[in-house]
Amino acid sequence: MDTQAAGPRQPRDATNWAAKVDRLHVDDAVREHGYNIEGRRVAGPQQGFGRLWQRIYTADLGTAVTPERLVADWRAHFGEYWPKVGRFYGSVSAIQPGDVAPLASGPMATGVLVLYADETSFSFLTPEGHMFASMITFSGETALEGSTVATIRILLRCSDPLFEAAWPALRRGEDYFWPHTLRNLGAAHGVHGIHVAEDTECLDRRRLWKNWTNVRYNSGIRSGVHLLTTPFRPRRRTGPAA
Amino acid sequence: MSTPAATMAVAELATGAAVIEIRGDVTAACEQALMTAHEQATDAGAKLLVLDFSAMEYMNSGGIGMLVTLLVRGQRRQQRIAAVGLTEHYRQIFELTRLDEAIGLFDDTDAALASR
Repeated sequence: MDTQAAGPRQPRDATNWAAKVDRLHVDDAVREHGYNIEGRRVAGPQQGFGRLWQRIYTADLGTAVTPERLVADWRAHFGEYWPKVGRFYGSVSAIQPGDVAPLASGPMATGVLVLYADETSFSFLTPEGHMFASMITFSGETALEGSTVATIRILLRCSDPLFEAAWPALRRGEDYFWPHTLRNLGAAHGVHGIHVAEDTECLDRRRLWKNWTNVRYNSGIRSGVHLLTTPFRPRRRTGPAA
Repeated sequence: MSTPAATMAVAELATGAAVIEIRGDVTAACEQALMTAHEQATDAGAKLLVLDFSAMEYMNSGGIGMLVTLLVRGQRRQQRIAAVGLTEHYRQIFELTRLDEAIGLFDDTDAALASR
């Protein structure tokens, strides 16, 4: 029987995961947009409040692009495929594990941590205060017929009672946002008018009442306060003194 | 090229406790196998489920999502879930994702059993 004399083998996924952090930190370049995530912890579905939903959006892109090429492009231009209602302040280069990216939807500011990335998928975890305590995975997969299917898979709980009360509206917002993203992604690869399929399943109808205190991080409230207090906040110098 | 899914083997640890030995690649593709193993352990009366990851070779983020689903199933049946056999790399992933707040991490099955 062979025995291994060398140290422990590195797992194949060693470089695909974000390094462990206790609190999220935002790069100086985008700090002004990261006020709702600086210093926050991640919040996966088990840290949320509302019912647990699994939502899956899929779009068949035919053979115009391979899954690897699709995901490489998606990682490199992620925010550019968003509809205009959202803004992603990610890295200027391709999304990498460990990136902390602020994002804005209208006046509401929050962000994501890039938890995982490989050649055919990448995943985000949301921070405390985001409307969802969630993990979202973007992937390119080969269907049985050989075509490339772009998939967005979301496992989420609304973060707090206020967001949970707004779930019907938030769900409609998601049903606008992600299909548009997939259509923009498809169009970038010459595939127009694609049909986006959506599947939603409630995995847990219980609400996690012990997490109701998440409301203290509510990014909607905090963004509103931030906006109202803008005139009273000292401005940061960004250029040479006059 | 498809990724081979992990295999799951269920064994009784003690009265009311079962171990699920996970071998191979843990991805979303093995969700059905894990849920079947969970049902098998539940039917045998397990209230403590110990997931043994010592033979796990690879995990992607789909594996994390699958564990969240397993947690929900376990909570519905008033079960506790523990994990053993995690290398330092995977232990840090559990801590990063805060899965360790719901799944107890132990050095071995004896320690997991002692925590009951």
